[in-house]
Amino acid sequence: MAGCSYKNGYANRLRPGFTGLLTAGLLALLSGAANAAWELNLQEPVTAVARRVYHLHSLLLWVIVVIFIGVFAVVAYSIVVHRKSRGHRAASFHDNTTVELAWTIVPTLILIAIAFPATSALVDMRDTSRPDLTIKVTGYQWKWGYEYLTGDAAGVKYMSVLSTPREQIENKAPKGEHYLLEVDRPLVVPVGKKVRILTTANDVIHNWSVPAFAVKTDAVPGFLRDTWFRAEKEGTYRGQCSELCGKDHGFMPVVVEVVSEEKYAAWAAEQKQELAAAAEDPNKVWTLDELVARGEKVYTANCAACHQATGAGLPPVFPALDGSKIAKGPKQGHLGIVINGKTGTAMAAFGAQLSDTDIAAVVTYERNAWTNKLGDVIQPAEVKALRGK
Amino acid sequence: MQATSHAGYAGNHDHDSHGHPTGWKRWVTTTNHKDIGTMYLWFSFAMFLVGGAMSLILRAELFAPGLQYVSPEFYNQMLTLHALIMVFGAIMPAFVGFANWMIPMMIGASDMAFARMNNWSFWLLPPAAILLSASIFVPGGAPGTGWTLYPPLSIQMGMGMDMAIFAVHILGMSSIMGSINIVTTILNLRTPGMTLMKMPLFCWTWLVTAFLLIASMPILAGAVTMLLTDRHFGTSFFSAAGGGDPVLFQHIFWFFGHPEVYIIALPAFGVVSHVIPAFSRKPLFGYASMVYAIAAIGLISFFVWAHHMYVTGIPLTGQLYFMYATMLIAVPTGVKVFNWVTTMWRGSLSFETPMLFALGFLVLFTIGGLTGLVLAMTAVDIQLQDTYYVVAHFHYVMVAGALFSAYAGLYFWLPKWTGHMYNEGLGKLHFWLSMIFFNIAFFPQHFLGLAGMPRRIPDYAQQFADFNVISSIGAFGFGFSQLLVLVVVIQAVKGGAKAPSRPWDGAHGLEWTVPSPAPYHTFEDPPVFNQAEAHG
Repeated sequence: MAGCSYKNGYANRLRPGFTGLLTAGLLALLSGAANAAWELNLQEPVTAVARRVYHLHSLLLWVIVVIFIGVFAVVAYSIVVHRKSRGHRAASFHDNTTVELAWTIVPTLILIAIAFPATSALVDMRDTSRPDLTIKVTGYQWKWGYEYLTGDAAGVKYMSVLSTPREQIENKAPKGEHYLLEVDRPLVVPVGKKVRILTTANDVIHNWSVPAFAVKTDAVPGFLRDTWFRAEKEGTYRGQCSELCGKDHGFMPVVVEVVSEEKYAAWAAEQKQELAAAAEDPNKVWTLDELVARGEKVYTANCAACHQATGAGLPPVFPALDGSKIAKGPKQGHLGIVINGKTGTAMAAFGAQLSDTDIAAVVTYERNAWTNKLGDVIQPAEVKALRGK
Repeated sequence: MQATSHAGYAGNHDHDSHGHPTGWKRWVTTTNHKDIGTMYLWFSFAMFLVGGAMSLILRAELFAPGLQYVSPEFYNQMLTLHALIMVFGAIMPAFVGFANWMIPMMIGASDMAFARMNNWSFWLLPPAAILLSASIFVPGGAPGTGWTLYPPLSIQMGMGMDMAIFAVHILGMSSIMGSINIVTTILNLRTPGMTLMKMPLFCWTWLVTAFLLIASMPILAGAVTMLLTDRHFGTSFFSAAGGGDPVLFQHIFWFFGHPEVYIIALPAFGVVSHVIPAFSRKPLFGYASMVYAIAAIGLISFFVWAHHMYVTGIPLTGQLYFMYATMLIAVPTGVKVFNWVTTMWRGSLSFETPMLFALGFLVLFTIGGLTGLVLAMTAVDIQLQDTYYVVAHFHYVMVAGALFSAYAGLYFWLPKWTGHMYNEGLGKLHFWLSMIFFNIAFFPQHFLGLAGMPRRIPDYAQQFADFNVISSIGAFGFGFSQLLVLVVVIQAVKGGAKAPSRPWDGAHGLEWTVPSPAPYHTFEDPPVFNQAEAHG
């Protein structure tokens, strides 16, 4: 990956030139070597399945290169030798059963030969049985939710959101090394363990993909799909949502941190402690300032992508909250939309994603931010009472 | 024979020119296959420019990482409209235009079987194009779902989605009527002596294509109608909450969508099967096996749809079946390529613009076909699904396959249509610019896809920056090179060297027995068909 800043990267980019590129391309293709700046091949595999896919692709690449060269050597010979301008007279043959049978049967045999490794790699890829650890991955517009179902971290559950600052995307700041491929909280898994991933989605179809693991599975709302990987090497592996899921489809990366078993156990314990500490008293009475401060964080993480930090939205698809009828109307209506969403629009139901306190905080924030100075205070208990209605 | 038929329609031409309207009324009311073919071709070129401009918006945004020119939601709208307009507005009407112009002249018919319906088939297209394009300006904008219109994302869209749905309905009606017309014309109006197995190959490809259209367009219409009722009338075909399944849409869509690939590719094969023999001065090799290959491809195209859905969670057995079925398509496709290559072998080759485009087609389509073989392998496809590798693959098949062969046909038949030879120098320049810039634009996308760059994203990580710059430069070069063809065509329409009735010495077929430009009415009496004009 290019580790340079945006400006340097841009300057370097034009340097190699086309001849250089072609030479580099041919050399790298022939030697199978990966060039860091001009990546020409699949990412370096870190699971057994990904390695099989890598080799299967290499095999196929050779097969198609040989076929291509074979066919177009004949064409090139014709073009050079059988030219009218060189006085070549046309033959008149137009059928030959032997040849025609041969070029039907030989490709069929080649295909059958390829089918064997292709089948066994696939069978391996789909075998999700006997996992050491199961994690549920939920796609949201536009972030990932991770929930550990088994193992040391069972019960741990959090959201993983793009952490690249807005200024970098808008070209107001130099781009970082992992521009668009970094998140606030990556998925953490132990090295060498078979991790089964269950995917689903909250709103539209997403796709959870990590090229280094050869994992790419749709997350379909209302259904569960599964896939698996056993990472062989510690490190950070990055992928992206691979199914168009709306406006910020390009901005919901997948980051997986593969750590040693000890580290993983320590991480799991820490997460569980934090979870216990964060468990809040649902009957606590909050002040307006506390709620607004917390609400702003919740808003930035969950609402600002569409409704914007300024509350102005992106009308008409993503309406403004600043001065909106709902944000300035009765509390119940406002809470209802946040909890249950609005069908037929991009407004998701946040009831399942956010705690009572978070919903109370964000709605309080929305009713007091910008020009919506209503002075309303909504307590978690009110949210709890409304749920399920 | 030539002399008698000349005399025949020269008289009729005089007689007829009293009757038909002139000016704009001629074009609105025409039932003449040549007028309608011309309108299809101009319409498709206009749409090609619109769709092309949209792709340049995409490539401009992708020139560098970061968001520069457009918002992500507008980017999504552009990529959706680019695809819908190119597939339904540019490529399909272009080949229907060729079919209208050439099929009656190739089989010795005076016109299409249903001349009035033919007029309606064409005039349904502009309203559909207006609906599609105007969706940009309604609240919420055009659909931002990709041309595949997958729910639930398409359920979230604004009224632009409904406009696209109605546009698809109208386009579907147009295609179905056009196809019924073509099937009827080919099966009933061939001149005496032209048996099916002596019919020009272009007619064969269109016969199979028309059946594919008749079978697949209603399926697309059904799928989008279900979307419409899910959006507005409370049904839940594609919503799990109501007992439906979003993946059901994908099955229905691709059951249409894969035959659609061959709806675009088969007529292209037909054109190339005329151009290569003409400029090799040698009959097409393996005519019968070509016909069987076309039929086989058409048939198998209905049984491979889920190879577009390897990552949706279809069961292992399903993945295996679709992988094997997809690999099978490589066999008849290979037969076609080998036949074209052998047609050239020991021919007497010359390289006028149509032949250059046909050769360009052969090289690039083969690359697209071979990467298709890579993608057929489920395990590899899972790595490459939804990456730029797929974008590169289908542009090699669609642009290089369909567009290049459409250009081959255009330059091949332009003298017959206009009565003038086109500017060969400009034609060759057009070819070389297209060929070079196309590869600069799309070849690097294979590398981007292998390295893991997803498609349909307006912004990307820095390691993808280098190839994206190259790709954008190529796209702009390719886009602007296409304006050359407009110059060439306008020049040829206005004047130029007089074209003889058979401007290409190696070309065979009834269409070359009529004068250039082809008179308004041809073959009012069925011509005599002899072996010399058989097999294109």
